Amino acid sequence: MSRESTGTGSNGGGSSDPVSTHDSRLSTLDSLNAPRALSERVIAAVLFACGMVSIFTTLGIVVVLVKESAGFFSEVSLGQFLGDTQWTPLFTDKHFGIWPLLAGTLLTTAIAVAVALPLGLLAAIYLAEFAPERARKVLKPTLEVLAGIPTVVYGYFALVYITPLLQKFVPGLAGFNALGPGIVMGVMILPVIASLSEDAIYAVPASLREAAYALGAGRLRTVFRVVLPSAFSGIGAAVILGVSRAIGETMIVAIAAGQQARLTADPRSPIETMTAYIVQISLGDTPTGTLEYRTIFAVGLALFLLTLALNAVAFRLRRRVLKGGAL
Amino acid sequence: MAPEENGTRRSFTSGAGLERAARAADATAAPPDAKMAAHDLHAWFGTNEALKGITLSIPEKRVTAIIGPSGCGKSTFVRCLNRMHEVVPGARVRGRVTLDGQDIYASGVNPVRVRRRVGMVFQKPNPFPAMSIQENVLAGLRLSGEHAPDPAGTAEKALRQAALWDEVKDILKRSGSSLSGGQQQRLCIARALALEPEVLLMDEPCSALDPIATARIEELIHELRERYTIAIVTHNMQQAARVADFTAFFYQGELVEVDRTDVLFTHPSNRKTEDYITGRFG
Amino acid sequence: MSLRTSPIHDLAMRRAELAPERAFQAVGILAIVLPLLLLLWLFGGALVDAWPRLGWDFLTGFPSRKAEIAGILPALAGSAWLMALTALIAIPLGLGAALYLEEYARPSRLTALIELNIGTLAGVPSILYGLLGLEIFVRVVGMGRSVLAGACTLALLLLPMVIITSREALRTVPQSLREASFALGADRWQTLRRIVLPMCLPGVLTGVILSLARAIGETAPLITIGALTYVAFLPDSVHSAFTALPIQIFNWTSRPQAAFHVNAAAGIVVLIALMLLLNGAAIWLRARLQRRVYW
Repeated sequence: MSRESTGTGSNGGGSSDPVSTHDSRLSTLDSLNAPRALSERVIAAVLFACGMVSIFTTLGIVVVLVKESAGFFSEVSLGQFLGDTQWTPLFTDKHFGIWPLLAGTLLTTAIAVAVALPLGLLAAIYLAEFAPERARKVLKPTLEVLAGIPTVVYGYFALVYITPLLQKFVPGLAGFNALGPGIVMGVMILPVIASLSEDAIYAVPASLREAAYALGAGRLRTVFRVVLPSAFSGIGAAVILGVSRAIGETMIVAIAAGQQARLTADPRSPIETMTAYIVQISLGDTPTGTLEYRTIFAVGLALFLLTLALNAVAFRLRRRVLKGGAL
Repeated sequence: MAPEENGTRRSFTSGAGLERAARAADATAAPPDAKMAAHDLHAWFGTNEALKGITLSIPEKRVTAIIGPSGCGKSTFVRCLNRMHEVVPGARVRGRVTLDGQDIYASGVNPVRVRRRVGMVFQKPNPFPAMSIQENVLAGLRLSGEHAPDPAGTAEKALRQAALWDEVKDILKRSGSSLSGGQQQRLCIARALALEPEVLLMDEPCSALDPIATARIEELIHELRERYTIAIVTHNMQQAARVADFTAFFYQGELVEVDRTDVLFTHPSNRKTEDYITGRFG
Repeated sequence: MSLRTSPIHDLAMRRAELAPERAFQAVGILAIVLPLLLLLWLFGGALVDAWPRLGWDFLTGFPSRKAEIAGILPALAGSAWLMALTALIAIPLGLGAALYLEEYARPSRLTALIELNIGTLAGVPSILYGLLGLEIFVRVVGMGRSVLAGACTLALLLLPMVIITSREALRTVPQSLREASFALGADRWQTLRRIVLPMCLPGVLTGVILSLARAIGETAPLITIGALTYVAFLPDSVHSAFTALPIQIFNWTSRPQAAFHVNAAAGIVVLIALMLLLNGAAIWLRARLQRRVYW
């Protein structure tokens, strides 16, 4: 990234390379000017420290989650955490099975993806393959607005407008449920899926489209049989990032999905997600150092690992796209 | 896209070239019919006029080479012959191109149907990466929604015609992009042949290949001229001399001269052609 | 040269052949327009619901058990404190990191790690930043549940975005100007301070303002570090307890009474207005940036 060519050759050139000869001459000059070089070094160190803050943030998150989770797992076995099917840390009969929270998270996420995937993909195909360039330039950023709305606002919409509306059509839909917030979350992640898929589709080389046209394929067949399969990795990455966003989403579900950890696949009933549980405990003034306090870090660790794994997969898929390895 | 009959400008040289070509053809035993013909064909990229009124016939079951320095419009010309030019955003065409006497730019003509009859091979091999070798060969049928009654047989026939069968018969399920560049290009030729087109357009098909692979493709063109009408764009004059019955020389969007290949290369009638084939420019 | 008329040889287009494509395009447009219309409808609903409460009293009032007289002054003040402090922390850190990566760092494993890490951080759910802030800023550093702890947490949350936009701004400064400065005998820091930074500052600020527009709606991390939901006073120092606008909206939304939902809607209108204001400021800055021609 070095813009200036002082110091060792930025491309790791060997010592025979004329650039590094030139470099060594410059550094000799630098050493003649000792005071200035010192201040340069201090400044470089300060900027380096700023760069390291992001590393320390990640380390901080990992250390905090692991340390408090270790406290949690010293009292609750991992077997119980992964084996029990009930999550009742606040009751007298305490159970610490993560499954109800995980099920709630996956249920709302599944609903969100069911909304966002078809819409996002259709939008992406339209923008990349059919929209006139001018429409594309306007519509893409407009769609991004959906991702910029504060989630507390979405939560309000889900609870106060969407759920009552759905109750007219869906019998047995509770006031707090997975369906309403799931749908709203789908609207929220729609731009993530649409925008990244559009990038992937747009990046498919024109030569493939031309090959299909030259074989007498119509536009739709070209898109569905040639372009989309070639953009598969990129679209996969887009969907995975959307899923990851939905899993980590907090306020929509904390407001509108309820706070009852239950192991169910029924989208009409109240549920609780991992994120909503963390909010619930945080609101309750639970004293630090107690087991209840530590549960949110254990849940946070699970959340962290889940989203990290998804992001890593998406990262690999996208890198394949950028390298052209998917083609 | 109504045909414009009142051609505003008609290149003198191209008219003369046509006459010469006709004379030359008369001299041979059987004068070839024109399978395709362009009449006063203009093409634009945005405001840049890439073709400035081309009138040229492509004789049936012959190889016609189109040569000229880069940017002369030779690729644009063949892309106009199967309506691929208009795929590029901002591209426009005016004029007439006939296929068996029928104007392919007449209103109501479906470009997709034109392309089924006029196949194309591109500069860089472009097999579909998400498909196997066999699927690539059959892609044309599948993409046009046709059901191939005997897919394996159809694929084999096309691969044999493209002289690729012996090299790939055991790896038909492998990805098309696993082949070498020359093999990929022959796969693309097989893909075009599987549709049994009447005309095959080749846009510098060897420019991305090494000499050995180039020789294979040239051999193949020799075999294919028995059954197909071929128009090949090339920047390589030796290649034109080796494979083509007729050669047309394009310069700055105009047709300078067209003639039997041996005549054009030995007795060019135009000074520009002579300069070009003797390597004075381009 | 007879005209052949077998199906394949007939070149004519049939209307039915274009219909699927047209239908697909219509569906594609709907997939974009429908969600936007839904959002518009929801905002319309919120605006109508909020209308009777929108007024000076609402902006300058304190929270109350009676929905009709409750206001958002402490929440607004809290958000203002938060945004100002967050900007003060995030700008130097983010710009410093961007300068390091763009101007100083040499390609090395560590640099690659930092870049990868910035990408990773951008994907971490915001509530986990809240857990980090709760443990580190509130407890270990001992800031307590103060507006400073909240700002530190939000600053870390914004850091990836600030770094990325600052790097883009730095890249818009032509290399030739750096070289010209070096050729005049300036050292690297002088070049950055006198030439590069003044030129890229509007770009950096645009990025920061856009980040703040995001941060002003952040709720989850603030709840986690323990922002209060009922505050009847204004923060008077960085150590004050605080609430923020999105927290107040969350609090009112969580109440069963419809009257509080109306207050939440009014809070939402104010919050969105503030976001639009920040975005507008960013767009204005960007336009100014584009008007100035340097080369």
